[in-house]
This record gives sequence, structure tokens and C-alpha cells, in this order.
Amino acid sequence: MITVDNLRKSYLARRRASGPGQALLSLMKPNRERIEALKGVSFSIGPGEVVGYIGPNGAGKSTTIKIMCGILEPDSGICLIKGRVPWKERKAHVAGIGVVFGQRSQLWWDVPVLDSFELLRDIYKVPGKEYAESLDELVAALDLSGFLDMPARSLSLGQRMRCEMAASLLHRPELLFLDEPTIGLDAVSKLAVRAFIERMNRERGVTVILTTHDVHDIEALAKRVILIGKGEILYDGAFDALMARGGSSNLEEAMASIYGEMGIA
Amino acid sequence: MNPYAALFRMRFIRGLSYRASAIVGVATQFFFGLVFIMVFQAFARSGGSSLAPAQIASYVWLQQAFLALIMVWYRDRELLSTIAAGDAAYELCRPVDAYFFWYSRLLGGRLAGAALRCLPILAVAALLPDPYRLCPPPSVAAGLCFVACMALGLLLIVAITIFAYILTVVTLSPSAPFIFITPVYEFAAGMIIPLPFMPEALQQFLRVLPFRLCVDLPLRMYSGSIAAADAPGFLALQALWVAILLPLGRLTLNRAIRGAQSVGG
Amino acid sequence: MRLLLRYLRIVARGQLRYRSTFYLNLFGQIALPLSALAGVSLLFARFGNLAGWTAHEALLCYGVTNCAFALSELMARGFDSFSSILSNGEFDRVLVRPRSLVSQVLGARLDLSRFGRLVVGFVVLGWAVSGLSVEWSFLKAVTVFLMVACGALLFAGIFVLGAAFAFVTTDGLELINVFTDGGREMAQYPMTIYERPMRFIFTYLIPFACVNYLPLMFVLDKGSSPFAVLFPLIGALFVVPCLAVWKAGVRRYVSTGS
Repeated sequence: MITVDNLRKSYLARRRASGPGQALLSLMKPNRERIEALKGVSFSIGPGEVVGYIGPNGAGKSTTIKIMCGILEPDSGICLIKGRVPWKERKAHVAGIGVVFGQRSQLWWDVPVLDSFELLRDIYKVPGKEYAESLDELVAALDLSGFLDMPARSLSLGQRMRCEMAASLLHRPELLFLDEPTIGLDAVSKLAVRAFIERMNRERGVTVILTTHDVHDIEALAKRVILIGKGEILYDGAFDALMARGGSSNLEEAMASIYGEMGIA
Repeated sequence: MNPYAALFRMRFIRGLSYRASAIVGVATQFFFGLVFIMVFQAFARSGGSSLAPAQIASYVWLQQAFLALIMVWYRDRELLSTIAAGDAAYELCRPVDAYFFWYSRLLGGRLAGAALRCLPILAVAALLPDPYRLCPPPSVAAGLCFVACMALGLLLIVAITIFAYILTVVTLSPSAPFIFITPVYEFAAGMIIPLPFMPEALQQFLRVLPFRLCVDLPLRMYSGSIAAADAPGFLALQALWVAILLPLGRLTLNRAIRGAQSVGG
Repeated sequence: MRLLLRYLRIVARGQLRYRSTFYLNLFGQIALPLSALAGVSLLFARFGNLAGWTAHEALLCYGVTNCAFALSELMARGFDSFSSILSNGEFDRVLVRPRSLVSQVLGARLDLSRFGRLVVGFVVLGWAVSGLSVEWSFLKAVTVFLMVACGALLFAGIFVLGAAFAFVTTDGLELINVFTDGGREMAQYPMTIYERPMRFIFTYLIPFACVNYLPLMFVLDKGSSPFAVLFPLIGALFVVPCLAVWKAGVRRYVSTGS
């Protein structure tokens, strides 16, 4: 379903000046430096897989995700999703994927959640009957009926994340990108979200790419992880095997020691 | 429903609910209107004005009543906070055209703002004593041409303002582009002082720019200061500017979103 | 005062960091009062005088008012944006610090970008003064200085009053703009051009006339006694009851915790 081969991407980043003298200078001449975010990333993912895409901050995770979503073009390399080049056929590609970005909402702030859902239905051109079925299913599965008429901005984080999950699946995509879906959630909500993702994968065969710092999310959902550090793939295989290398039964400690071992901590 | 129409409708209905701020806005604008009229008419009493006192009054009152349709400072806070957070690229995750999506929401918001405020201001202004009273247009033709020019002017100003949003994508500042464009636009469009009060040479220069077509044109069309017979030519000019700025804006926006991606994680 | 300087340095560093934003802001902040000034100048160019006042006379009023407003905006923006200070919890932090509340709020939003209006105001003031055909005296110079300084205090008082309202409401706040921006727009011109109800409000309710029109008459030799130099000080007293109202708001906030 997803084939990624030798992706490269670099950015020009502004170097922030420190101190007033430097700041004044930066007004005249900008300090730019080239940062290589991806240095030849390759992997492939089959349909129905749940893959954890992990790595420290700045490793290149969201760059890869953006490329796979079709909103960023790589400098070189191949990316094919369901036979399409994402950024070349953006609308067609994007119509078949769902996205949940934990830090950013796709619901409209100040209108009832249901209104946001209906707008998404129009955006993704979901036929009426299919939308109704999808909606009922998702509302039941995520227990949303209590607050569908409330605006997103007045929901708790847990409620909002559940709505985001539903919003991403209304159009029944085959591929789901989840970026920090459980960030800031209490334990009950985290379990609910994980259970829901697992169910979507099992019952509907949705392929899931999960980006998170929460090791327990990965443990619960993904058998396979791809570890990226400093723009390169450092591990692609079973989660259990990776954790065994960490030498600790505590998952966070194991992960930290693996990062240290690979020089990317 | 067409997603652009759905978003327009959602923004419009939502905009109508901002009643409290509309009431305050009406009071504020009413006061400003009175001050401006008194100042302009006091100047005009010295003689040599090409605008009669009643025309001055109608110019100012229409400017205040329809401010949401003609000002360049209209900012969609939700959209701007998304852009300023660096998340503009994620707008491309939806299978819609980002430019027309933004255009629809800005259009809907402005119309709602105007709908809320114009009636109270116009009603009270019509009841004031002379010479501050808002008088009806000199002919039905003038009134109709006013509406037509206003409508096209609205399409034009949204096309112009989107460039400020594009600048926000590039600079990540939700206010700086607007602070930049506002004084230029307000002067050139006739919002600071009516164009007929400026020297002829300056007026000729400003007629080359599109800004006056959003303010000066429709407002003076109403009072007959611009002849209704000249309307078709002006409407064509407005349409021409829209035809130029729309695709230009769309191209620039897509470039800006793709180019302005910053280093992720 | 050292605290103030430190605030200024932090603010300056923050605002200088981003090139394009800085330039856009700079252009806009200068162009905004400049375009308003251009408008007035063009009006004088076309019509010659404003209801009997010559350009120099009227622009003295204009320059004084804009300088006063710019000064108050530079200093008191913290009170102008007080509702945001309240809503994001900043004020709770302010309450916890061992410094005067007022000076902290003043420093919270120190805004350098308003310099543009101040510069324009000074330029206009200078031009107006240089073209006036009145006899200048030390007393008159003091009067003009007081008009600006006390005018700034008056505007600051309105900002403070607005901040007091921020304790009880978030929606109706924009109304204060009628008296700040609106007050400036109106006070820019000699008050004789306005209708009586307006003159009443801006003489007795918010004493613009004290810092603006009455001393102006004295400076321009259009009447009034030399005691007119005291009028601006009376006008500046306006800030006292405003601060009292704000402090009452603080007390209420602290006791109800909302």
C-alpha cells in the first residue's frame, strides 16, 4: 500500500539571534542554514498494518508524514501510496486518508461538533446514506452522543480527541495517520482511544501509521515499529525485539537507552 | 452540498451569532460616523467642495454601515491562529482547493458582520436631522448600481485581503501583514477622506489602483456623485480585477504554503 | 524605573527578532498616522481653513492630541489589553509578584511599535508651532507641554477605566474604543466644529476640553486667562478616579477569585 524509497528533504531554517546586537544584525542579513530533515528514508507498509513511527523530536517524523499526506514535496526519492504520488494527485490521494494531529484540531472551534462533521461530509463528498451509517457507528463506538451539539472549544481534551477520531473516519478512509492522538489525555480516555484504533484496524482493515512519544500507545497497538533518528531509518521491525535491546522492563527506560545507544538521544 | 458553499454558510450563520460585539460595534461606528461627518462638513463650509453636505453624510454613513464589506482589517481569528501556528500546510490535508476554501469562509464572515450592523446604523442615520441625515439615492438606478458595485467590490476586496493571509503564511505573524496593508488601502480607497477631496492628480493616480473600486465607487454611486450611467464600465473594471487577482492569489497561496514549511520533528 | 527599562529591553529584543514581520509592522505603524495626517493636510490644501481655524491653529490641536494619545498608548497598552491579561492567567501571576500592580500591568504590554504616531505627532506639532503668528512666552510653552503630558494621562485614565470593565465583562469592552480612538479622532480638531451634546460629553464627562481646547485658546491668544495653564492639570486628575475604579475591580477579583 505504501512504498517509500530513498526520500530526501532539506530545509532552510532561520537561525535565531541571541542578544540585542545579533538581533539588530539579523535585520539586515538573515542567518540561514540548511537542515537535512530526511537523508534517504525507505520503507514499505502493507494494507491493514499498524505501524508505530517513532523517534526523538527533530528526527524527521513529521516531515515524512507530511510527504505521505501529500502536503510536502521531497527533494528526491519515491513515495507511492495506493499507486499514487501523494503530492502530485493531492485531492484524489487526500480523499482516501484520514488524519488526526493531536496538537491541531480539524474541527471548527466555535460551531457544534455535528456541524463540523456535516461540513466534513461535504468536503469528502460522502453519500448521505453512507455518512449516516458511519456517523451512527462512530458515535456509538466513541460515545459521543452527549456532546455532539457542543462547540469544540468547550469540550474537554478527552472529548475533543474522540471527536477528532470520529471526524477522521467519517469518510471511511483506508489509511489513517495519527500524530500524538493520546497526548494530554487521562488514563481512561487513552484506553478508550487505543481500543477504538485497534477495533478500526481489526474490523475495517484500516492501515494505521501512529506517531507518538507514548511508548505504551505503541505497545498496545503496533507490532511493528520504524525508528527514525537524524533523518535516517535506524530500525524497522518488531516492537518487542526493539524493546528487548533496551535492557529494562520499564518501557520508557528501555526506549531512552535505545536512543542513547543509537546516538540520537 | 458543495463544500465551499457549506463553509460559507457555516461561517455566515456563525457570524450572525456575534450579537454582543455587533451592538458595541454599531455604537462605536455611529459615534465615529458623526465625528467624521462633522469634520468633513466643517471643512466643506469653506466652499469649493465637489460633494454636497448630504453626499458627505451618505458617504460616511454607508462607509460605517457596510464597514465589514469594505474594510481590509477583517481578520478571521481561527484561520489566522492556525496559520500563525505554522499549520497552514495542514489545510491541504482536505480534498478541497485551499484558496477557494479560505475565500468562502472570509466571504461568509464578512457578510454576516455587515448583515448584523448595517440595519441599525442605516435606520438611525435616516432619522437624524439635516445635514447629518442619510438621504435616499437620487434615483432607483443609482440605488441598483450601488448594490451591484458593492457586490463586486466585496468579491474584489476578499481577493485583495487574501494576500494579507498569504503574507501571514510566510511571516507567521497574524497581525503584521494587516498592519502593513491597512493604511495603504484605507488611504487609496477613500476611507480616510473621500477621493473628491484630494487633488486631481492624486485622484487620477488612485483610480489606476483597484482599491477605490471597493469603497469610493459604490459609496459615491449611491449618492449620484458618480453617474449611474457610468456603472457598466466600472462593473467591468471590477470584474477584470477579480479575474486577475483570483488566479494570482491562488497561485501565490499554494506556493506560499508549500514553500513555508518549517522544520518539523 | 529600572524594572521598566528591563521590560523595554525584553520587548525590544522580542520585536527585533523577526525581520519581515518587523518591517511590515514598522511600515504600518508609521503609515497609519501618516495617512491620517495626509488626509487632514489634503483637506486643508483644498479648503484652506476649518470653520474659521487656520491650518496651523488646527494642526496645533492635532499634533498635541496625537502626541498625547501615542504616549498613552506606548505606556498604558497593558490596560488597553487588560482583558487578555485576565483571561490567560497573567494577572494571577502579577498578583503574586512583590511589585506594584500598576507598574506591572504597564510593563506587561509595553509596545514600541506605537512610536510612529508619536513621531508624526511631534512633526505636526513642530510644523504648527513654527507657522503660528502668536507671541510665544515661557508660560505658553509650558502650557503646550502640559497639554501633551496631561492629555496622555487623560487617555491613560480611559484605558484604565476600560481595564476596570474587563473585570466584569468580556463582550462590551470594545465600547471603550469610542472614548479612546473616538476621543482622539474628535479631540484632534478644535471643539467648536461639533454639536453641543458632543461638546458637553467631552467637556464635563471626560474632560478633553481641559487638556485640549481651553489651553489652546490661551496659546492662540483667543481669550481665556493665563490660568488656563492650570486646566490641563485638572484634566489629568481624571486618571485618579479611574485608577480607584480599577483598584476596586482588583479587590473584587481577589475576593471572588473569578
